[in-house]
Amino acid sequence: MSAEVREARELAPAVLRVSELSKRYASLIAVDRVSFAVRRGEIVGLLGPNGAGKTTIIDMLLGVLAPSSGRIDVAGFNLARQRAAALERTNFAAVYAALPGNLTVAQNLRVFGLLYGVRGLTARVAALIAEFDLQSLRDRRCGVLSSGEQTRVALAKALVNRPELLLLDEPTASLDPSAAQVARAHVQAYARAGRCGVLWTSHNMHEVEEVCDRVLFLSRGRILLEGDPKTVPREHGAPTLEELFIRLAREPLDPRDPR
Amino acid sequence: MRLRAIAGVMLRQFYVMRANPVRVLPLISWVAIDIVLWGFITRYLDAVTGSRIHFVASLLGAVLLWDFFTRIMQGVTTAFLEDVWSRNFLNLFATPLAISEYVAGLVATSILASLAGLAVMLALAIAVFGLSFFSLGIALVPFLLALFLFGIALGVFASAVVLRFGPASEWMVWPLPALLCPFAGVFYPLATLPAWMQAIARALPPSYVFEDMRAILAGRTFASGPLLAGLALAVLEIVLCGGFFVRVYRYAVRTGLLARYSAESAS
Repeated sequence: MSAEVREARELAPAVLRVSELSKRYASLIAVDRVSFAVRRGEIVGLLGPNGAGKTTIIDMLLGVLAPSSGRIDVAGFNLARQRAAALERTNFAAVYAALPGNLTVAQNLRVFGLLYGVRGLTARVAALIAEFDLQSLRDRRCGVLSSGEQTRVALAKALVNRPELLLLDEPTASLDPSAAQVARAHVQAYARAGRCGVLWTSHNMHEVEEVCDRVLFLSRGRILLEGDPKTVPREHGAPTLEELFIRLAREPLDPRDPR
Repeated sequence: MRLRAIAGVMLRQFYVMRANPVRVLPLISWVAIDIVLWGFITRYLDAVTGSRIHFVASLLGAVLLWDFFTRIMQGVTTAFLEDVWSRNFLNLFATPLAISEYVAGLVATSILASLAGLAVMLALAIAVFGLSFFSLGIALVPFLLALFLFGIALGVFASAVVLRFGPASEWMVWPLPALLCPFAGVFYPLATLPAWMQAIARALPPSYVFEDMRAILAGRTFASGPLLAGLALAVLEIVLCGGFFVRVYRYAVRTGLLARYSAESAS
């Protein structure tokens, strides 16, 4: 990434601002005073071992899980107080949130387009079907599609409202390398055009290095460190991002550690 | 409320019904079976009792109205259950869709589906068994309205129960109309019931409808006051059941039940 591009992204306005976000279940603290921002045109990786709190954060950003405390702003709209305005500008795809299998590809895109209040929906659905190479599948039910095909449909749905904030929870988890590469290319192209900021969770560190501009390491509900995925391993004495991930997952750093 | 969002909820239900006749068949099959069964029973009763009581009008009319109420309630619940069965809550509630828009979409779907059932019921009852609603006159309108409103209230309540207790609680909500039927005095005057059942009946709008229906068919003048009270009660119960649904929804958002909705996560 050139210095000019990096500078432009750093100056871009934040589409997501999370402040002191926490989620507690009785004695369990799932997310503990997490703060971060995602800028327009930026892809931020949210990394961490299973149970670190990644999906809990995504659920709170989607408005389907109420935070215990803290604040979420999407494109300047407070999620708690201006839910509809914030969610109109957000969308997501997750491996565990398949679209209704008894609707066809085109029907799902049309229904969710209406729910998101998309104008010019017929043209938008046609454009997405062409963009994600879904022409031959448009009248097939989503429940009978392969994992790769379902992921393409889920990504098409995730872009139906031209979101300013795109949340992707392990979007390529069930894809073969070729299909995963195509999926990454779609999201990168959309984000790089400055249309949205992306928060991306993945356990594939090679993918994270390729796609993300910045990563946040999460463990036990707290952000331990953040940085450029290409330089952050060396800064913390690890040869690769994967090694750093393993080390953090097994021996979480003290977040007050100044190194 | 955004009409496009409500249209989205309805369109999903329309697509599901259009694609699968199995979902359309119950809208008309059970009511048709009820009308045929009760049509012959009432015809037989008319024959053996010498027509002192007009059973076709009273019993078959009651069956038809009760089935109309049941269809409305089940229409709301079935539309909600479509989202349960397809594990669609996360996709659905991560959109800007407001709860009021979602419930409005379910209710509108139920109205359209129930009209199909009502048309079949009326056609069969009138054409085959000679049932005439002209004897009820203009009172038929508030009768249908009260049953319609209470059907919506019960459908919203049943949906809230399934949301709170998980998909397995579906079995608890299907028999709700059958559970209420003895209390509502569908086939007999409320005076037949013991006092404690009459007390429950007074909280059920259908009980006012069926009391008035019998009064009209018996040639008595019916007082509009109780029917208006039944209507007001139905409106109040819609508000209460809507509030109950919102309360359960907020609980589900607070506890994480909505984000991970399944039989295993509900408790």
